[in-house]
Amino acid sequence: MYLKKECVAMLLAGGQGSRLYALTQDMAKPAVPYGGKYRLIDFPLSNCTNSGIDTVGVLTQYQPLVLNDYIGNGQPWDLDRNHGGVHVLPPYQTSLGASWYEGTANAIYQNMSFIERYDPEYVIVLGGDHIYKMDYSKMVDFHKENNADCTLAVIDVSLEEAKRLGIMTCDPDYRVIEFAEKPQQPKSTLASMGIYVFTWKKLKKYLIENENENSGSKDFGKDIIPAMLGNDERLFAYAFEGYWKDVGTLDSLWEANMDLLSPSVPLDLYDSKWKVYSRNNNMPPQYIGETAEVENSMISEGSTIHGKVDFSIIFAGATIEEGATVNYSIVMPGTVIKAGAVIEYSIVGEDCVVHENAKVGLSPETVENRDEWGIAVIGHNVDISEGAEVLPKQIISKNV
Amino acid sequence: MSAKNKVLGLIFASMHDSSVIDLTKKRTMGSIPFGGRYRLIDFPLSNMVNSGITEVGVITKSNYGSLLDHLGSGKEWDLSSKNGGLHLLPPFSHVDSGMYRGRLEALNGVWEFINHSDAEYVVMSDCDIATTIDYKAAIDFHKETDADITVIYGRYAYDSNKNHTANVLGIDENGRVNDVMVNPQISGECSISLDMFVIKKDFLKNIVITSVSRNQYDFTKDILQAKKDEFKIMGYEHKGYFSKIDTMNGYYEANLELLDTEKRNKLFIKTAPIYTKIRDNGPAKFGLESDIKNSLIADGCIIEGTVENCVLCRGVKIGKDAIVKNSVIMQDTVIGNKCSINSVITDKNVEIGEGKVLTGSKTYPIYIGKNAKI
Repeated sequence: MYLKKECVAMLLAGGQGSRLYALTQDMAKPAVPYGGKYRLIDFPLSNCTNSGIDTVGVLTQYQPLVLNDYIGNGQPWDLDRNHGGVHVLPPYQTSLGASWYEGTANAIYQNMSFIERYDPEYVIVLGGDHIYKMDYSKMVDFHKENNADCTLAVIDVSLEEAKRLGIMTCDPDYRVIEFAEKPQQPKSTLASMGIYVFTWKKLKKYLIENENENSGSKDFGKDIIPAMLGNDERLFAYAFEGYWKDVGTLDSLWEANMDLLSPSVPLDLYDSKWKVYSRNNNMPPQYIGETAEVENSMISEGSTIHGKVDFSIIFAGATIEEGATVNYSIVMPGTVIKAGAVIEYSIVGEDCVVHENAKVGLSPETVENRDEWGIAVIGHNVDISEGAEVLPKQIISKNV
Repeated sequence: MSAKNKVLGLIFASMHDSSVIDLTKKRTMGSIPFGGRYRLIDFPLSNMVNSGITEVGVITKSNYGSLLDHLGSGKEWDLSSKNGGLHLLPPFSHVDSGMYRGRLEALNGVWEFINHSDAEYVVMSDCDIATTIDYKAAIDFHKETDADITVIYGRYAYDSNKNHTANVLGIDENGRVNDVMVNPQISGECSISLDMFVIKKDFLKNIVITSVSRNQYDFTKDILQAKKDEFKIMGYEHKGYFSKIDTMNGYYEANLELLDTEKRNKLFIKTAPIYTKIRDNGPAKFGLESDIKNSLIADGCIIEGTVENCVLCRGVKIGKDAIVKNSVIMQDTVIGNKCSINSVITDKNVEIGEGKVLTGSKTYPIYIGKNAKI
């Protein structure tokens, strides 16, 4: 017996995140650490909980071990429920054979029976690689008020950014007239955030049609939305105001972390009315030692700081030894930065050891040719040997 | 491997409440904040769980609202379980139990719960000791020595001049307890009882029934002292780090001792984590002009000023140009800009307005009560 749910969330977490390279070799993108104590998936999951959505299907495919382990029974997000709760949905075998998820629409198509169990009016489709706090219930209300078939969350971006995103052209009532993927001459600056609310009956129809057409891409942006627009279905844009960051690239992941240290960025992780939940690893409080110098940084539980930390995010259980310097960098869980090592403008993955006097990354001011500058990245479980140098833009996934 | 629930854990959350009366005005000993992100009960509870004890009863007396709130269903300790799990045992668990006067009466009051357990052994602990201990080793010792009661003790610099309260044990060369002195007027390193006991359930049943029928309720006086010749009472030395919270000063010192990395590493062992209720705060955040030295800073803290030799619990805010030294600041305390705070204990939710100066002494820290506004 399944209780009816008004709205079921489907979280697309199968992506490889190939532009995050070294950080996603062994883990799916939504499992990538962020903000000192989070993983990317904490944001959509916490949004669901805070919006009163208690039934979430998480579609996994690529390197799911870390992600599955992290989600567990959903307890950290209050998603261990008698009815609903969080369900990890990997691809599966049927009597007709087995198939991988071929596209975002196909992933939902293959899990229609999961959705049908709850007989929902609406389905909200989410991505697992965006940092934002959003009350989905307001978006569902907006969808209802407009008697919409599909509502797409949009955010106002600059004209320049618009050329890289899916852009919506709307009438004054925010009804979507046109949808263009990465337009050269954008007609508007309303970009799709990859968050869709569908009336389930309608979505089901289009998913089945898309499957029968065998389009090849089986994708929401490429197939479902254009098909619905073509048939004059009621598509509306829901304008979101607030902080939203796509962390699909190493640069944007670094920027999104640095944003947390900027007083002008409105992403509040300390709001007791809208908590961002995460799985806790039961470590003692962070210890800042006698020789430490810490400024404008975030430091998480279980870490030990004896060195200099400036404009940086230090994750749980990391150690910064005396005489080590970390500037404008992200040091992920369990990593040790040894004495004399200098980390600047870098991302250092989980459980790495950066040995004595190694140098990772450089500040942009010290690089003559700006085109040669970029953040340096060290993948997970990598040892950087004593005195080694990692240059800007370098991506290291093996011991050096 | 042994069958599940062979050992029952019993935690007395309210024993010693009177030794830190300021802190227990609105809470039990077990729910006193400690070490930045913990409550004292987290230590015995996590120790039991880490020792494979999956059935734990928590005996409370009064003011237990904060304790119930902290423990919830016990899921943080993995004790939200169909077999065993966490059981909260407030007084009045049966009609004639009433408010208990001592450990034996408390046990009698919850006897039905104890009796219902399949356990063969019972491990009892209070909440005044912050330590990491493996009870499995103590239970093995109890079995090997064929003891009736095993008292877990530690070596400790006891000093009656500092108002220490403790049961000081005399132990013979075979490890048998031959003397128990309550708060003796002495000073020096002694074997003090950590008030943790291992005992067979059936044996415990006998002594509880016999004692209560004679209107005896004090475990120390009526059992440990009175029956030391009759029963085989063995002492098991806990060699690990521990701190005993028996005075306000002791509480203060025990917190600041955690700034000693060696001691901290003995209390927080990777393979035996101390679990606690999760608050889902953001990480600790340090502002542009923050200056932190030798301090424990829990998640959710936002620090703009100077902090030295302090333990800051979760969600503490320290304003710009404020200087906080040698202090224990409990959760959600807000210290305003330009304050100067030295040797102070603030309870939860204290607000200290801009520019205030508060100076205690390391031997006599100022205590500021819960929700106070200065």
